[in-house]
Amino acid sequence: MDATTYGWLVLAFPLAGSLLIAFGWRVLPGRSAGWIGTAAIGLAFCASLGALFEILDLPVEERQLTDSAYDYASAGGLDIQMSILVDPLSVFMCLVVSGISALIHLYSISYLTSDRGFSRFFSYLNFFVFSMLLLVLAGNLILLIVGWAFVGFASYALISFWYRRTTATEAGMKAFVINVVGDVGLVLAALFIVRELGTFDLLAIFEAAPEEFTTNESVAVVIGLLLLVGAAAKSAQVPLHTWLPDAMEGPTPVSALIHAATMVTAGVYLIARFHPVFEIALTAADIAAVVGLVTLLIAATIALVVTDLKRIIAYSTMSQIGYMVVGVGIGAYSAGLFHLMTHAFFKALLFMAAGSVIGAMANRQNIDLMGGFRRSLPFTSALLIVGALALAAFPGTSGFFSKDEILAVAETRGGFYWTFAIGGYIGALLTAAYAFRIGFRVAFGPPSEVAHDLERGVDPHAEPQNPATGEREDTDVGFPGEKHAIAEDAWPMKIAMSVLGLGALFAGYIQVPGVDHVLTTFLHGSFEDSALYEIEPTTADAWRGLAVGGAVSLAGIAIAAHFFLRDRAAAASLRERLPWLHDFLERKWYFDELIDACVVRPCLACGRWADRTFERYVVEGLVGGTIGVAKGANAAVRLAQSGYLRSYALLLVVGFCGLGLYFLVAGS
Amino acid sequence: MDITWYLVLSALIFAVGVTGVLLRRSPLVILLCLELMLNAGNLALLAFSRSLGNEEGQVFALVVMVVAACEVVVGLGLIVAAYRRRIPLNVDELRSLRG
Amino acid sequence: MKEVAFFAGAIGALGGAIAVIGLRNPFYSVLALIIHLISLAGLFLLLQGEFLAAAQIVVYAGAVMVLYVFVAAYVGNVDEPLWEPIPGQRFIAPLLGIALFVELGIAIVGSGLRSIESEGPTVELGFGSPEAIGTLLLERFLIAFEAASLLLLVAAVGAVVLAARKRPSEEAG
Repeated sequence: MDATTYGWLVLAFPLAGSLLIAFGWRVLPGRSAGWIGTAAIGLAFCASLGALFEILDLPVEERQLTDSAYDYASAGGLDIQMSILVDPLSVFMCLVVSGISALIHLYSISYLTSDRGFSRFFSYLNFFVFSMLLLVLAGNLILLIVGWAFVGFASYALISFWYRRTTATEAGMKAFVINVVGDVGLVLAALFIVRELGTFDLLAIFEAAPEEFTTNESVAVVIGLLLLVGAAAKSAQVPLHTWLPDAMEGPTPVSALIHAATMVTAGVYLIARFHPVFEIALTAADIAAVVGLVTLLIAATIALVVTDLKRIIAYSTMSQIGYMVVGVGIGAYSAGLFHLMTHAFFKALLFMAAGSVIGAMANRQNIDLMGGFRRSLPFTSALLIVGALALAAFPGTSGFFSKDEILAVAETRGGFYWTFAIGGYIGALLTAAYAFRIGFRVAFGPPSEVAHDLERGVDPHAEPQNPATGEREDTDVGFPGEKHAIAEDAWPMKIAMSVLGLGALFAGYIQVPGVDHVLTTFLHGSFEDSALYEIEPTTADAWRGLAVGGAVSLAGIAIAAHFFLRDRAAAASLRERLPWLHDFLERKWYFDELIDACVVRPCLACGRWADRTFERYVVEGLVGGTIGVAKGANAAVRLAQSGYLRSYALLLVVGFCGLGLYFLVAGS
Repeated sequence: MDITWYLVLSALIFAVGVTGVLLRRSPLVILLCLELMLNAGNLALLAFSRSLGNEEGQVFALVVMVVAACEVVVGLGLIVAAYRRRIPLNVDELRSLRG
Repeated sequence: MKEVAFFAGAIGALGGAIAVIGLRNPFYSVLALIIHLISLAGLFLLLQGEFLAAAQIVVYAGAVMVLYVFVAAYVGNVDEPLWEPIPGQRFIAPLLGIALFVELGIAIVGSGLRSIESEGPTVELGFGSPEAIGTLLLERFLIAFEAASLLLLVAAVGAVVLAARKRPSEEAG
């Protein structure tokens, strides 16, 4: 079977799984929906492996294959095919997405086992994976936009999974609306592309772009910026980032899959895929990198302060994606994508471990209530620390190699790009600090109440309530189930977390500078036309960068140890000395308030004004006016319907006489 | 007498019948006026039949008579039924189909 | 001689017609119609329609009018109110009648049809006799004949159903 057939299989399996569960959930016994879903993604992963091996058999120049299912539309000079593009970049993304998804599916079987909406969850999750794979495999811009939109829908469906929680449904709507802003950017970019280049086919676009556009031509920059808008919305970059922390209302596996490993990386994928356009519109690429840098720093500062465990990890995701966007913005494509892969491993792992802890806490997520789970939850704590180490880029872990590769390329490009390197290192310091804020707070220290209970063998229990607002809930459909899953008890969770743990620790070794560069060589097939792909730091520079990075990471861990391990009061006293800073950070730099004032209120005001004027006068005037005319005509005609037989007969005779008169006159 | 005379007479009787339908209110009299109109038609048919030398017009008139008889039967049945149910025998009273 | 007969019949027919629409008492209208029908039978004779004249007297003036007499007697004298609810009907109706007659008259006289400008062709002796009509009915117009008899059946059944008395059980309720 050739690579494109594998490509279609990769798409077919999750879609089949989703439909099977969606239509057959009533007849599927017990928890089999979960196993079906996991198997579907597992098969998709195997198909991705098949595609990988087929691609590797081909020479490097010929590794971009397309295959078209059917002609969607070809009229008016437009030729839109339902085609997929199987090349190293898309195969890489497929492997990451399907691999991580399969593990998260496995985890979810235990995590959601007592939830009444179990089958619905797996159908949605499979559909999400299908959409994401469609997005990365799309060979046609239209199909990519379709996948993009589906992913947005799946995200909405899964964030609002516990739909009886008002906070969850509001968060789902917020995510969807902000994603739509990104969609508009993407569609406008597509419009400009087809207007300038005349085609939707990705390979054709990339061939035509260098010929049509001169460097930094304004149309190209506009296209780049619109693509950036789409990417920023999907990947939660400033200023379209406010939906991601709220998206933590969804179940933890959703956070792990969508909001850490896959959907939020779609923006990074988009920029990497459209690198020919961005390398022409260099201004847009630079702006993308700046956006990534700003997000990186802002998110890291907020993560130091918020108290909800999942939200800390969410801001961490935002920050790390900032790194990836910087990477693909400055041309370090393989470095950025390498970080995407390692981040998927350790972030999913962190979320899984957090899920286990939250299960132990009976669905309470406040980090101030946690502590000392070392003895009661040994497995979870160990893997939490592994994830934190990788996040903090501790020397030897995967995060260490990937993050520092990006910063090394920034240094190599020199000049203006030094800002990215310096900013990146500052961010790394903050990252290490908050990563071990989580690690030390949760795992170390004196055992909290819950930890004590667990050590004594008491199962976790608490009143079911909304973690954000404290409202009371029940455990029926639309709310989380009764049983709380912790990894120590559930072997599917253990297997998933172990695999991710191994990845988080050892996946970095495929790109050790000076020793091997597996990913760079592999992805070269997709980036042959790139001028920036070849920029590589010298081995010496790379190792210097790694050394600096390692030092920064250890420094950050030390800071965290001071505040959260040794001297617990130090954090509180710092908060008292700088209350304004604490508030500013805790209110997330007031972005929500800013968007509310600048966007939401004016829109609502416009709506109200339009309702008062346009709706009332124009629309109702037109409609009401038409009705009035009809009614008037009706009343006029009704006068003839008197009900008198004789007047009807009269009208009959009048008509007959008239007719006769006409014929007499016409005949003479 | 020329056939024209018969035809003009038939037209006159027809016009009288029409006027009767428009003027009278009792359903019985309206039926009688219908008979007038039918007979006017019969007269015209016979006149033409004579002018063409063909008896087909007379057969037509015979069938018209049959039809008139049937119509009278049904119409009178209606009047009788209405009278029995105490419905006023005045077509102006039967107005429930007004728009 | 023929003219005299024609005018006698014409005056009888017209007089009867006007009496039908003019007389207040419906019973008198029925009688006027009988006179009209008999006059018309006379005119039929003038037109060589002997069988039809006989049928007119026997069927129309005989059977049908007897029905009318029965119902008129059953229903009794229903006085029509003098006041006219439909505005203008009293004036427009005669005008329309006149207009209709004028139009038809113009159509007939001004049509220029030559066949009606004479008395008609000379016809043989058996014209309009029962044999001639019967032959036509049973040969050329058989279907019309049968259909007419079916129509009579339907009308008879319909009349019985329409005028049937309610069953005692329904009336008592």
